[in-house]
Amino acid sequence: MACDEWRDKLDLYLDGELEPKEAVALGAHLRSCSSCASDALERVQLKRALQVAGKRYAASAEFRKRIVASAALPARARVDWQWRWTNALALVLLAIAGLLYVVSGREAARRRVYSELADLHVATLASATPVDVISSDRHTVKPWFQGKLPFTFNLPELQGSDFSLIGGRVTYFEQAPGAHLIYQIRKHEISAFIVQDRGREMPALPSGPVSKLSFNIESWTQNGLRYFVIGDAGADDIRALSKLLRDAG
Amino acid sequence: MPDPRLSAATFEDLAVPLFDQLYTFARWLTQDTAEAEDVVQEAYAKALKGFASFRPGTNFRAWMYRILRNCFLSSRTGLKATVPLDVDGEQDVLPTDGATPESILLEQTGRQQVQQALAELPVHFREILLLCEVEEMSYGEIAETLGIPAGTVMSRLHRARKALRARLQEELKGGRHGV
Repeated sequence: MACDEWRDKLDLYLDGELEPKEAVALGAHLRSCSSCASDALERVQLKRALQVAGKRYAASAEFRKRIVASAALPARARVDWQWRWTNALALVLLAIAGLLYVVSGREAARRRVYSELADLHVATLASATPVDVISSDRHTVKPWFQGKLPFTFNLPELQGSDFSLIGGRVTYFEQAPGAHLIYQIRKHEISAFIVQDRGREMPALPSGPVSKLSFNIESWTQNGLRYFVIGDAGADDIRALSKLLRDAG
Repeated sequence: MPDPRLSAATFEDLAVPLFDQLYTFARWLTQDTAEAEDVVQEAYAKALKGFASFRPGTNFRAWMYRILRNCFLSSRTGLKATVPLDVDGEQDVLPTDGATPESILLEQTGRQQVQQALAELPVHFREILLLCEVEEMSYGEIAETLGIPAGTVMSRLHRARKALRARLQEELKGGRHGV
């Protein structure tokens, strides 16, 4: 290879970019060619001069401090943020879990109440003596409960309605005494339970009608009493009886 | 999602050691202390902001220099010093440029003259010489930093050196005239 060709590759060689094989060959050439060797030396000197000259500037200590701080502080802030996000996420998850627990707890309580009411309703109707006091007259039934329950309540006047009062009995709902009234409408028997409202101990039931276990149920709280109306009658009939009871109460 | 290996603390670990080099580079590019500080500060802010987009395992130094260079190019001085489009279009890729008596040249020129010559070079020559000689970047790294092909690095570097030698010779002549 001619010296001109080698010289074309001198910069690559000195920059360490030449293929190893070629670099070895060029190295050998430089040892044998003083002209190329002196050219290489000149180039190395220029490189060195540039290296030295290039390091001319240095940042002020004050500026350096500022940048180092700026590179570090937001990083820490970001770590903080990540933590905050993690914490926030944990809190949200915890809140959701808590809510689910409460909701599922309430749902379980609700289901328990519905089951108990349905059981009472069905068991009573299946009994040979469903009611202890038989009357279609509220003036007979209501006084019958006197002394049997630690509370009193009003019953609606049924004249002019399709409902008739079959009778009543004392029942126990959630380990507390209550009035169980049985109404009839078009061969459908509907139970109305009246118990003392025990606030938080009692599961919060929606006040509107609920279809559960194929029974229609309506529940509300009035004057410290909890009313449950349950039966296999249509929702409209349940609602109508509930309205009568509510208006009377 | 950002790579979990890229914790925010890593930016500090990677970027702070580069501060002195980056500042020197910015100072050479801008030729002004206040502007260099602005450029460096902007580059650090942008790099920190965009750190999530940095792919681990790739060259952080080249990434950082590229950001710094972009900040410079959009700065006051940088906008004036845009690289002409045909800068690499010339035919003389790796020509031999006669026997320049560099050793004689360099013996007679001191550090100041080299600094002066470098400062007077167009930005695109100045930056590539700094990246190669001062930062000792490989051609690949330079290509990545400047966003140009490796072949262009070679030819531009060659012409930058040639331009620097010419400048030094001029200075030397000027100096002689002055004596």
